[in-house]
Amino acid sequence: MTAAERTNLGLAGLALLAAALLPVVGSGYWLSIGISIAMYTVLATSWALFSGPTNYISLATAAFFGLGMYTVAGGINLLPFPVLVALAALAGAVLAGVVGLATLRISGVYFVIFTLGLAELVRQLVAWGQHVMGASSGLFVLINVSDRMLYWMLLALAVLVYLVGWWIGRSRLGFALRIIGNDEVVAVHAGINTARAKVALFVIAGAFAALTGAVMAPRYNYVEPTLAFNPFLSFQVVIMALLGGAHRLWGPLLGVIPLTFLLEAISRSFPRQQILLLGVAFLLIVYFVPAGVVGLVEGAFRRRKFGHA
Amino acid sequence: MDVLIIGLLLGGIYALMAMGLQLQYGVARIMNLANGEILVAAALSTFWFYTALHVSPFLALLAIVPAAFGLNWAIYRYLMLPLVRRARSQGHLEVDSILATFGLSFISVGVLLAVFGGHYLNYSYLAVPFRIFGENYGLNRVAAFLGASAICAGLYVWLVRTRPGLTLRAIAVNPQAAGLVGIDVVKVSAFGFALGGAVTATGGALLSMFLTFDASIGVIFTLKALVIVILGGVSDVRGAIAASFILGLTETLVATFVDPGLTIAAAYVLFLAILLLRPQGLFGRRPA
Repeated sequence: MTAAERTNLGLAGLALLAAALLPVVGSGYWLSIGISIAMYTVLATSWALFSGPTNYISLATAAFFGLGMYTVAGGINLLPFPVLVALAALAGAVLAGVVGLATLRISGVYFVIFTLGLAELVRQLVAWGQHVMGASSGLFVLINVSDRMLYWMLLALAVLVYLVGWWIGRSRLGFALRIIGNDEVVAVHAGINTARAKVALFVIAGAFAALTGAVMAPRYNYVEPTLAFNPFLSFQVVIMALLGGAHRLWGPLLGVIPLTFLLEAISRSFPRQQILLLGVAFLLIVYFVPAGVVGLVEGAFRRRKFGHA
Repeated sequence: MDVLIIGLLLGGIYALMAMGLQLQYGVARIMNLANGEILVAAALSTFWFYTALHVSPFLALLAIVPAAFGLNWAIYRYLMLPLVRRARSQGHLEVDSILATFGLSFISVGVLLAVFGGHYLNYSYLAVPFRIFGENYGLNRVAAFLGASAICAGLYVWLVRTRPGLTLRAIAVNPQAAGLVGIDVVKVSAFGFALGGAVTATGGALLSMFLTFDASIGVIFTLKALVIVILGGVSDVRGAIAASFILGLTETLVATFVDPGLTIAAAYVLFLAILLLRPQGLFGRRPA
């Protein structure tokens, strides 16, 4: 471990400690903001684990999130909560595996299109399944999980995402993904099993999104399909990760924090124009900050170092 | 029998909507995820023309089609062209244009919500029975189908038989080579994108005659159009038409015999089948 790595690790530890103490010092408002930030950090960072290096845009976060939420809501009277959370991760991984195996072997456009409707597809299937079994469309999740507990669970999940992301970054898998993102033909010729690498990463991202949904389920006492499979969530996650910068592990966090505050302000002041305003923000990011905040910072550093644009 | 005919009537209009997307993707190389919102905007405008101004949907097309053409031309010229110019490769352009049109689709939903509100809207036009083989169908469905078929046929002949159609197809085959034989690729691409948007809008106006719309339903139609284009093969109009009928039939069968809430699931079954069995599409050629 080099000195720089030790410093970074120390800084990360301090940041984590400060974040973990938030519920002790912060009030209700700050705790709810903290929950949102922790949730979006897990979702956006795990999204970027796959979509960042490969440039395969996944629009399916809501499908995995909703699946996780429904796993908990559907089984809450049968199994203990931690078991359900584990099952949710498994369900997310299986769904991602199936989708990945079907679409990631062929060109990227098919993958994007498939993920675009995945949340709607799973929503229809869940609603249909409930209808066939004669259940009502909503489910109650009545267990006691305090907001503090929820926040710490999400924080633990975030730590896990970062550890996994750090490990992938140093592994052969991460190296393979970066080559695939640069030039898939080269990757194939270098002997990389591109389909397997892509599916593996997509499975990890899907499992994390499902875990997040599972952990969030107790927050909504009443879970129904339109809430769990809200396509707007997929959109928010993509915009946050892009604003921060999807090609660095800590990039998405830099998008999550400002956009969580922005979203909160928009939904407080202009609840009816939320979709429109976020759409505008999204276009601004795609056109003017294509490499994210991280890209801007790195660009500035490079210019200072080499003295030219 | 009646299920088959309803499916075919629906498929005819789907063909129009899918041809719009196909023109945009095939000629201008933009995978337009906001395609469904163009369709919904046209459908809701038709609703407004009919209920507020008492203008029939077919006459409303005279205003909606040029408007959609102009709007899509502007989208290509001012939003897509900068992306085309900054793209380093086809893959890079694909990612950028998908993201940009994805953002655009949310902006459109926001605008439509602000203008038309969040509720379901429909109107009653030509809601009289029409007999085919001894069964009754809404005359609006039949009229919309005939309108769509006429436009599809006209477009097909125009693409295959005329010189402007030929230039469009040349760009679809190879933009670099098209430039070499003296085609203004940027201008014709913009035209193709705008024409595609206008065709999709026509599909929306016709669909609104018998379907119920709300401001946020566009993504469903984007998906259907995408599935049709992939099913039929990206570069073949005949494939798209055949695929539209397949999707229309499958949807109607699933809605009748399984559950009306499973239309997207039905489209996805087709999507999966084609991805696994014939990724180049029904009529597509395997890349050499």
